[in-house]
Amino acid sequence: MRNTGTLQVTLKSDREVVLKRIFDAPRRMVFEAMTKPELLKRWMGPRGWELVVSEIELRVGGRWRSVLRSPEGKEMAMSGVYREIEAPERIVSTEAYDDYPGTETVNTILLDEANGKTTFTCTILYPSKEVRDLVVGSGMEHGAAECYDRLAEFLLQPEPRSLERGA
Amino acid sequence: MMTSNQMDATFAALADSTRRAILVRLASGEASVNELAKPFPMSQPAVSKHLKVLERAGLISVVQDAQRRPRRIQAARLAEANAWLERFRKFWKGSFLRLDDLLEEMKSSEHAAMRRGHRRKGS
Repeated sequence: MRNTGTLQVTLKSDREVVLKRIFDAPRRMVFEAMTKPELLKRWMGPRGWELVVSEIELRVGGRWRSVLRSPEGKEMAMSGVYREIEAPERIVSTEAYDDYPGTETVNTILLDEANGKTTFTCTILYPSKEVRDLVVGSGMEHGAAECYDRLAEFLLQPEPRSLERGA
Repeated sequence: MMTSNQMDATFAALADSTRRAILVRLASGEASVNELAKPFPMSQPAVSKHLKVLERAGLISVVQDAQRRPRRIQAARLAEANAWLERFRKFWKGSFLRLDDLLEEMKSSEHAAMRRGHRRKGS
């Protein structure tokens, strides 16, 4: 498989979720793929999902809007405002679901390039712990047993204060 | 199903690398406090403290019927904590696999353009 990275999802604090992933491409390309509607439509959403609307006004204070259609045909609309843009390394924007007022998040995307590969880190800051639990935790119905391979991954995530274990 | 508070205790317990290392060790079988303390450059009471946190979080239990009271992993709680993140992860994992394909395509069309001598300077 071509994908170079496993997706790491971690909880940084009560109100934050952090996504981390490595892409085998320079960051200007990753930046482009994340900020051009015609490119976003090619990848946003897992297979079977479709990004039916993507509008992007890429400037500080500019708005973005997306409508995603699930495989069952259910549509989810979300939108937000760009707060900071430093192409091709940093984007800070807000995001809220049309159907769930009061759930606005602040998303900070960092793109870090080394040796032609890009490390993508997205920190999602929720308005409260309750909202985070609601949004992230709505997948409780999924079978728990299937997750054991990812469990190891989750447990073994490196962290800065990780201690060096001898032998 | 865990309540939000239990979930907090679980994630707080998992947020420490020593405790994660202890869990990884316990995933391969029960172990006594002594055995668990061995690989760490810390005192046994310090390790015991970590074990207390894990126990309160429901991530490990003490096997009472044995002399040395070994610790055992409570896999169900771990799996539940993991499942909590699962839907979210599924969405992004799937999206990023598609992004991998798109980036490959962007790279090859850029290479092709370069070979044709039409290289445009990026900013």
